[in-house]
Amino acid sequence: MIAELGHFALILALCLSAVQAVIPLVGAARGIVAWQAVAGPAAQAQFVFVAVSFAALTWSFVESDFSVLYVASNSNTDLPLFYRVSAVWGAHEGSMLLWMLILSGWGFAVSIASRSLPFSFRARVLGILGLVSIGFGLFILITSNPFERLLPPAIEGRDLNPLLQDPGMIIHPPLLYMGYVGLSVPFAFACAALLDGRLNAAWTRWTRPWTTVAWVFLTLGIAIGSWWAYNELGWGGWWFWDPVENASFMPWLVATALLHSLAVTEQRGAFRAWTVLLAIFGFSLSLLGTFLVRSGVLVSVHAFATDPARGVFILSFLAIVIGGALGLFAWRAPRVSGGGQFDYLSRETLLLVNNVLLVVASGAILLGTLYPLLHDALGLGKLSVGPPYFNSIFVPLMIPVALLVGIGPLVRWKADTVGAVAARVRWAVVATIVATVALALLGAAETMGLLAAIALALWVTFSTLSGVWQRLRNRRDRIGALGTLPRAFVGMTLAHLGIAVFVVGVAGVTVLSSEKDVRLGTGESTELGGYRFTLVGVAEVPGPNYRAIRGEIQVHQGEERVALLHPEKRFYPIQAQPMTEAAIYQRLTGDLYVALGDQVGDGAWAVRVHEKAFVRWIWAGCLLMSLGGALAAADRRYRPERARVPAAAAGSRA
Amino acid sequence: MTPRRQRMIFVAVLLLGVGVAAGLALMALGENMLYFFSPSQIRSGEAPTGQTLRVGGLVVDGTVKRGDGLAVRFDLSDGAHAVTVHYTGILPDLFREGQGIVAMGRLGPDGSFQAQEVLAKHDENYMPPEVAEALKMAREGGSMANPHGPK
Repeated sequence: MIAELGHFALILALCLSAVQAVIPLVGAARGIVAWQAVAGPAAQAQFVFVAVSFAALTWSFVESDFSVLYVASNSNTDLPLFYRVSAVWGAHEGSMLLWMLILSGWGFAVSIASRSLPFSFRARVLGILGLVSIGFGLFILITSNPFERLLPPAIEGRDLNPLLQDPGMIIHPPLLYMGYVGLSVPFAFACAALLDGRLNAAWTRWTRPWTTVAWVFLTLGIAIGSWWAYNELGWGGWWFWDPVENASFMPWLVATALLHSLAVTEQRGAFRAWTVLLAIFGFSLSLLGTFLVRSGVLVSVHAFATDPARGVFILSFLAIVIGGALGLFAWRAPRVSGGGQFDYLSRETLLLVNNVLLVVASGAILLGTLYPLLHDALGLGKLSVGPPYFNSIFVPLMIPVALLVGIGPLVRWKADTVGAVAARVRWAVVATIVATVALALLGAAETMGLLAAIALALWVTFSTLSGVWQRLRNRRDRIGALGTLPRAFVGMTLAHLGIAVFVVGVAGVTVLSSEKDVRLGTGESTELGGYRFTLVGVAEVPGPNYRAIRGEIQVHQGEERVALLHPEKRFYPIQAQPMTEAAIYQRLTGDLYVALGDQVGDGAWAVRVHEKAFVRWIWAGCLLMSLGGALAAADRRYRPERARVPAAAAGSRA
Repeated sequence: MTPRRQRMIFVAVLLLGVGVAAGLALMALGENMLYFFSPSQIRSGEAPTGQTLRVGGLVVDGTVKRGDGLAVRFDLSDGAHAVTVHYTGILPDLFREGQGIVAMGRLGPDGSFQAQEVLAKHDENYMPPEVAEALKMAREGGSMANPHGPK
């Protein structure tokens, strides 16, 4: 009964999304105000019905209703409650419903927070979101209905994939989807601006906070995905250039470019057509990511099912959305393009370089991700593109980005002189050189590559801090003035410092880490990186829905015991699947990571030991970037009552 | 600066960036492509030796043998032919006899395969698509598309 209710609510939501799309868009085109007024209530009602549908599915999981096929396939009565709830998005059908919920949630948020937008513009934005909702609603109902019944009902469920039974997996998909789907909002704004034929400073001031918030979620989602892979896959890696990771990373790169391009459009009115194009690309890449992940063309832990009908549906939807948006762009872009002029040396130019590099990096990743698919589709044989490809192209492209990131905010809009910029960056240059040489003399650099990465991180830090100093130098009470800096500026500073932290993490974990696989009998030990790992013993322990073999490993540095680690080898009987649960001793300077392999006879075990230097800095850097984004989105000038203040009053913030 | 000139600069920078990246990408792509071969293809000498490649098939029952330390060897078959894989290290959780797996490594001169990495996917019923196709081809007596194309 509950499941049918959920199914029915979803059908109603689809009907409402059709109303939300068609009536306001026609109303805006014809100038009928009453029709435009339908947009808000329709978006809100659609959200309510999708939420009812989602709640019905969640209820079926909580109550372990195994007469619902999806629940029977992905849950079990022994599964702890919080995993029963997160199992809702543990496989294809439910994760699409979550996608739909978040999409309508963004529509709901826009409808609530957009009261000060021009009425016809608001109708168009919500109408476009409604169109996207129609696509996803149809997709779920036609190809991936989570409410399908199983008759007769199963006595016991087949359990959630053990890999997904991890706290990271509870929050990773919702955060990532918030980011992915959040890009539909700037997309809808861009399409509405094209339809409207108007793209002014008010438009950018409207689009910026939404883009920033979506970007924050995307950043967090990707970071938590990486953290989950590190903890749960048992390999100790934090990024694999897996096609599914790339699918989330490409929209992130484009969204990052969009954030910066929006800054130029808002402050200087330039790059308008480019900004609109980036908004279209960002959401298109989100959809492409969905296609790659859901169609089964990829081999990955994320590829739940291989159903060609789904692939064809998403591919057609993708073609309609991207084709439609680009067609609209080609038709209307001349109306919205144009804008402020700028000199060769200006902040606009630097942001342009940033945009080109980010978009090109995204394109290179797209090439590496799609190439094997094309090669196979053309019947040329199966191949895969390994991580070396992505590293060899991504790293050289990102080095100039990091070099410019601190300078950008120190260069004036419109025009600047080399002498003036040099005067502003000289302290950062001196500080970077001094600190790098000092660290090199202290022996911090094992390789030239590491030293270069440290220099880069120091440069980002010092040049970014120079930007803060420029803001404070003419103030009388400099400490007090820190508190008066606009949030957008503080946010930018934090996000840029996050890059420095991230660079340290990546360089540290790449250069300084060590690992080995060894065979250890009880009482035997192995040395790694100055630590001695001793296998004390192995014991069997029961879990709620698994049996575990738990090893006890003591870690000593000299005579001092540093840590006691308990890696597990779990066996989930229902899915007949073993799972490695690594044990990690976490520190700021690096983790000690231990995983149990197989039993290799005579009571001896294969054990994998890692020392992962500075690995936490990677996620700390991402957190700083997200925090910066959140602060920037909360800047006062985005509050509705300030929306009518002329752009000039906002000053030169980026 | 006129808007027209500015647009030209914009386009020039964009083209330059895209050009450099495209060059880099194609170079890197050429160096980092890993071709997939079935055991039958390896037996018939289609696969190059001394180059990193991937091979996939089913782990043959009763062939998994442990050696010193963490050394292990096993046979990988597509139903028609088998190739022996040598590996040192920890095998993935789902590695077992009868399971479809993919190994990445180099083919030695003696026809055995030295794996650097062994992959098994996290699903009981899961079969890597390459392996599924290799098995099907071997069963039908055909041959998979030659990765190097017609010569």
